[in-house]
This record gives sequence, C-alpha cells and structure tokens, in this order.
Amino acid sequence: MKTRRSLIYVLICGILVVLPVFLNAYWVDVLNNVGLYAILALSLNVILGYAGMFHMGHAAFYAIGAYTTAILNTTYHIPVLWLMPLSGLVAGFFALIVARPIIHLRGDYLLIVTIGMVEIVRIALINNVFGITGGANGIFGIARPEFFGFRIRQPHEFFYLIWAFMAVTIYLFHRLENSRFGRALTYLREDDVAAEGSGVNTAHYKLAAFVIGAFWAGMVGTLYAAKMTIIAPESFNFWESVVLFMIVLLGGSGSIPGVILGAFLVVGLPEIFREFATARMMIFGAAMVAMMIFRTEGILPPQPRKYPPVGELLADEAKP
Amino acid sequence: MSLLQLDKVTKTFGGLKAVDNVSCTVERGSIVGLIGPNGAGKTTIFNLITGNYRPDQGDIRFEERSVIKLPTHLIVALGIARTFQTIRLFQKLSALENVLAGCHCRMHAGALAAMARLPFQRREERKALELALGELRFVGLGQQADQMAANLSYGNQRLLEIARALATQPRLIILDEPAGGMNDQETAALVELIRSIRDRGVTVLLIEHDMSLVMKVCEQIVVVEYGSKIAEGDPAAIKQNPRVIEAYLGTDEE
Repeated sequence: MKTRRSLIYVLICGILVVLPVFLNAYWVDVLNNVGLYAILALSLNVILGYAGMFHMGHAAFYAIGAYTTAILNTTYHIPVLWLMPLSGLVAGFFALIVARPIIHLRGDYLLIVTIGMVEIVRIALINNVFGITGGANGIFGIARPEFFGFRIRQPHEFFYLIWAFMAVTIYLFHRLENSRFGRALTYLREDDVAAEGSGVNTAHYKLAAFVIGAFWAGMVGTLYAAKMTIIAPESFNFWESVVLFMIVLLGGSGSIPGVILGAFLVVGLPEIFREFATARMMIFGAAMVAMMIFRTEGILPPQPRKYPPVGELLADEAKP
Repeated sequence: MSLLQLDKVTKTFGGLKAVDNVSCTVERGSIVGLIGPNGAGKTTIFNLITGNYRPDQGDIRFEERSVIKLPTHLIVALGIARTFQTIRLFQKLSALENVLAGCHCRMHAGALAAMARLPFQRREERKALELALGELRFVGLGQQADQMAANLSYGNQRLLEIARALATQPRLIILDEPAGGMNDQETAALVELIRSIRDRGVTVLLIEHDMSLVMKVCEQIVVVEYGSKIAEGDPAAIKQNPRVIEAYLGTDEE
C-alpha cells in the first residue's frame, strides 16, 4: 500500500518534469497558475486545514508579499529572488499584527473579520496608501527573476521555478505536519479547550499558524509579481480568497495531496473546458454542493499520522 | 507545606454564588475527594484551580505560588493536570496521539526545528512516543494505541483521559468523576489505578458520585453544598458528620 502510494507520487513528479516539453506556452502558463494557486492554498491549509480556523482573507497576505516585492524592486532595484524571504517576513509581520486581536474569535465570526481584512487591504491599495502602491493602476516594470545570471522569462522557465518552490513547500510542510507543532494545530482544531487543558498554548499556536501561512503567501506574492511584471489591486480581491478557500475544502483540508488536487480541479479544469465558459460557474457550484453533502472531508482527506510500530518501541525499551 | 491551598475562594455567576468562601488544603501524596450534591460547585472549584475561571475573591496557591492569574496551559506546565467530567478527547485521533498531547508541554521543538528536523527534535519525538506509550500501558490501554479515541468504550475513554493527563508529568492530578459510566469491574480497576497513581508520587484530587469508591480510596474528603464547604475530614468522620448526612447522604436512616 505504502509503496504503491509512493510509486504514484514518483510517477506524477516524472510527468511534471517532462510536461513542458510537450505543451505549448499557453498550457505551460496554465500549469504555472495552478502551481501558484496550489502553493498559496498549501499556505492557507496551515491555517484552515491544520488549525481549523476559518480564514477567508488569504489574498491580503499574498497582496502584501507581491507589493513588497514590486515596490522594493522598482524603486531600489533589489533582485526579485532576494526579495522573496523579505516579502514573506513583511506579510508574516502584518499577520502577526492583524491576527493578534482576532484569533480568539471562533468559526463564522473569524470568517467575517478576515473578509473585512482582505477588503481593507484591497481598498487601501486602490487609494494609493503612503503614495507607494500606484493606486488602481498598480505597479508595473517589475524585473524578471535571475538565477546565477540566468534570466527567467519564458513560461516553461517559470514552470520549473514555481514547481521547484512547490517541491520545497511540500517537503517542509510535510515535516511540519508530522511534528509537535503540527500535532498542536490538530489538537486545537479538534477541541481547543481540551488542547489548552492538556498544556498546549492555544493562543500562541493559532497566531503561529497565521504567521507561517502569511509568510508563505508573501513569498508566493513575489513569484506572482515577477511572473506578471505588473500587479494591480484587483488581482487580490475577495474572490481570490474564496477560490483559495474552495481549493482547500474541495481537495481535503489538512491534506497536502488533497490541496494540490484541489488546485488542479479549481484552477486547471476550467481552462480545459473553456468552451463551456458560461456554464462553468454553475457546474462548479453544483460540484461544491454535492461535495458538501456526500464528502464533507474533501476528495483526498488527510491520512492519520504514522508512528513507528508499537512493537518496535516495546522491544527498544526492553533492551537497556 | 501543603501542595495546593485554596484560600477563601469565591466565584459568582450573575447573582449565583457558585463557590462561596471555600478554603481547603491538599497535602502532598494524598488522595483527596471532593463530594457534594449536584450543582454544589464541585466542578466550578476544579475549573478555578485549572485556570478555566478566575476567582472573584480569594487565592489559590500551588506549591506556594499563586496560580489565579495564570492561563491554563501554564498551570498544566507547573504540574496540575486534569480530566473532564464530560469526556473531552480528540475523538478523531488515535489513543497514542491523544496521549502525545499531554507530552506537548514537556517538549520544546518549534516549527523551525520541525522543518529542519534537527537531531534534538528527533530525539525528543522518540522520547515523547515512548513516554506516551508507557502511560497508555500504565492505564491498561497498551494494546489500543492505534485505535481512534471515538471507537474506545466509555470506560476506556475515561482511562485515556487519565493517561493524557499523566503524560504532562503532573504533581497533582484532578479527576472529574472518573468512574462516571464505568461498570463495577472497571470501577474496581480504577480504585487500583488511582492508588498506583498516588504511589508514583502524584497527588490525586477527585470528584466522584460513587460513594463506595470515594470511601474506599480517599484519605481526606471535602464536602460542599450550595458552594460552601460544610465538612472536611477522613472517610470515617465524614460518614458520622450529621451535616453531611443531612445534606448529602439523606436524613432517612434505615
């Protein structure tokens, strides 16, 4: 069972590596969008999936990362890839400040406040706060990322950059999931009174989930800014947050493979069925309704964590 | 010096005095029972000790340190663990992961250590696993480690809560109706378990409605009624106390 699963993953990785060779620029760009949304949804998954906090304002963190990159790159000409961790830090710091007073809110109350947050950020960007965001037109002329003197500009070059970052994200988040930190988030999702009563600092972990999710979304913001070279407030509206929310819930909240599959379905599938553009939203709505009735955990719900077999530990204990 | 000291503790909800000027002490290494009719304020006292509520007046000291202003997770870290009257397990997680929740407060690895999988983090994980498994076996659930908590029997779920509380390595464990929903055999085993918890050096404070269990296992009993303490003493004295008989055990002598 386990070997079959890893075989499937290796196969998918292999297909992804050679895929750009067979696809035209348009379809590679579709895959790039799927990748960006998937990484964003993985970062939302830390907050929504692992910790179970209904956060529908993730586009705000994404926007802050993208604008940090755009502003610092166009004014100070700092290389884009260097700005990636910095954009993450700025978004994470923003999350620290705005999430602090709202993390004790539960369920739908938190949802409403986070929707307010993403709208405030978008409107602030349109109104050209501090005179640095360029208003409704946004910022253009963002440089392409450079990698040891190699400039990334073609869609298939971006493809490898985005999907390599995806691989790093999966690797790190998988480790995070299977650790004391990941377990703490699961405990507070399941029952935060019991978690606190077992000695888990629930307020700290809720905040930490927000900061890590925002940090990652900020870094994706850098990739987005570099890929588009032009960003505007309308790219970070409430609808983007809804799409990310939908990806996580549809794919399987708390499950890394589920979230990636969700990104393919929500972002990739509509491109394949472009002819039915008018019926698209109706089909989506119906699919969401069906999911919520028949499979509330998502298409690929998370697997239970694996621990060394109990017998092995017992044998170890008997030795000394 | 007593382990836990309640000093004139009062808690009101609206106009209701749930706990009224209660003082009592729990000595190190003892098994203390807290009894009283329904609604007497027993669970409220527990919630005050563990920081779920703040007292309006009075002080609660654990090892000479006031705990009334501390959040619950810090009180757990200081050494007070509890179980809940209405079972509050992480229903969808395995028994082992439930107990690992208790290990959490004795571990240190954060998000970065987890992502880098530092050597100390891996050692710590392994130690926590062994400790969690040890606690599961201590309460007699060693074979059920992989079972989902929701699939355990009611009695076993109570035991799992005790294992999770013990995994925090407490000096005082507070059990809220541990025998609730248990059959006679399970209750008899629970008496033995409570004694062996004490023999490990953990002081036990418990609320229980099963009088035979309380009389059998407790060395000291505190009786509350309408939020006030009405009696305190060893089981023999409590059985003789006229106020207790009137308030709790009933006036009808047969």
